[in-house]
Amino acid sequence: MTELCDLTFAEARKALAAKEFSAVELNKAYLEAMEAARGLNAYVLETPEIALERAAESDARIARGEAGALEGLPLGVKDLYCTEGVRTTACSKILGDFTPPYESHVTSLMRSAGAVMLGKLNNDEFAMGSSNETSAFGTPVNPWRRKGSDAKLVAGGSSGGSSAAVAARICLGATATDTGGSIRQPAAFTGTVGVKPTYGRCSRWGIVAFASSLDQAGPIARDVRDAAILMGSMAGYDKRDSTSVDTPVPDYEAAVGRSVKGLRIGVPKEYRVDGMPAEIEKLWSQGAEQLKAAGAEIVEVSLPHTKYALPAYYIVAPAEASSNLARYDGVRYGARVAGRDITEMYENTRAAGFGSEVRRRIMIGAYVLSAGYYDAYYVRAQKVRTLIKQDFETVFAAGVDAILTPATPSAAFGVGEMANASPVEMYLNDVFTVTVNMAGLPGVSVPAGLSAEGLPLALQLIGRPFDEETLFATAAVIEDANGRFTADRWW
Amino acid sequence: MSVDENTVRRVARLARIAVADDEVSKLKGELDAILAFVEELSELDVEGVPPMTSVIPATARLRDDVVNDGEDAEKVLMNAPAREADFYVVPKVVE
Repeated sequence: MTELCDLTFAEARKALAAKEFSAVELNKAYLEAMEAARGLNAYVLETPEIALERAAESDARIARGEAGALEGLPLGVKDLYCTEGVRTTACSKILGDFTPPYESHVTSLMRSAGAVMLGKLNNDEFAMGSSNETSAFGTPVNPWRRKGSDAKLVAGGSSGGSSAAVAARICLGATATDTGGSIRQPAAFTGTVGVKPTYGRCSRWGIVAFASSLDQAGPIARDVRDAAILMGSMAGYDKRDSTSVDTPVPDYEAAVGRSVKGLRIGVPKEYRVDGMPAEIEKLWSQGAEQLKAAGAEIVEVSLPHTKYALPAYYIVAPAEASSNLARYDGVRYGARVAGRDITEMYENTRAAGFGSEVRRRIMIGAYVLSAGYYDAYYVRAQKVRTLIKQDFETVFAAGVDAILTPATPSAAFGVGEMANASPVEMYLNDVFTVTVNMAGLPGVSVPAGLSAEGLPLALQLIGRPFDEETLFATAAVIEDANGRFTADRWW
Repeated sequence: MSVDENTVRRVARLARIAVADDEVSKLKGELDAILAFVEELSELDVEGVPPMTSVIPATARLRDDVVNDGEDAEKVLMNAPAREADFYVVPKVVE
């Protein structure tokens, strides 16, 4: 049944409508593929009973002519999304066997559209990481390997379970979240398409919070069209998220294939960082040529505060994390470790429950928010954030429609390869993606070629606020020009 | 900016995370490296720049002042590590 898993959702949708196979058959094929791919450690929890039950409901709706936009879609859900009655841990020990009695807004929209949940996907603990190596469930393995090597590579992070599962064809699409690059970087490492929507486009309600002013939900999918289809059912207003935006959700799929003729695409000179590998440089100029060939105009632009985005992020994100993660106190949910008094109980619970990266970020956050340092660190970082946003506003005001950059500074690296690197070296993975979160903009990561070692490389397109459509149109041009990239099955 | 070991202990206390004595010096090194990295921001002139409060234009929305959720103690308490009846159980807080 592996052929069923090779279809995109757009293809499967057509076949489902034509009754060539049923939603139950499609989802069964995925459940089998998941079982065969357990060595990849992409899923932290499989939910086959739920999948088959919902797939049968999908078949009933298809038979009645009531198919939704995601009817029958075999979906993987990042373990950061609360799922009603299904264990949700953010891949942290501190949440233990937490079972939410509610469903996140985004997954409930997807379920209403007919999506079928296959299980919960691995991620970095509380989404803090760029390689998914901080997960309490261990590291998911990238389906891609270097030419002539069987060394295990990371699938990126924090949504490494989502990217690995989509690339390994053990789900047809996945939910993910992006705080500094956690959708786009793992998508880039696995030859998949990842979309980080405009801040406010998707509700954060029911998604475990990391840094609330930066967090945004989005899809990882097989190709641009599938990503657009998924986005259409993930976006939408939710009164329970005070930052959710009440504007109509456009027909994203209609933007795929739309002409890019006459669009102005900015290429920011500040992204030409020191030591950028020649193959990334080449990929980038090739992408610009491809957009030009499709009728777009390429212009050099300047985003002068780019280099300050990452240091500012490593103040703002830990500060918000230290505040958000204060709720894990061993009282209301999760594991508890006893102490002589309540403070010691909190301290022991949090020391045992949080992994080292999470502890480090909470402590940095507590430090930059503490009396005497708040203005020097936190307020200064928020001012820098204003400057970063103004850089983009200036470029867009000059008539630029989208900005083209590399998605990551390198291809996927080996599991454990960065073990002796400093935290800061790991943070550099997000150098091209983090500006987008700081400014609240939409960004898409689209595969554009293979490295000399045979690993996927990707480009990023950054759009105006709420103009995801232009991103789908431009990303489709890059995709059409370079073709799709599929990992050979070895697992 | 670098931190001393007492600062590491103070921050750990603020964060309510127990830190063993043999972890302090390693943490000090890691926090120093991160603080050195973010130090780059001090070279920027941010005089007169308003700090970011929201990346999208946002106005506070009002809703009707009515109860729209609640009365469901079982759901609230179902994940508690320790409970008695409809209460969370914690170590004694008030002498």
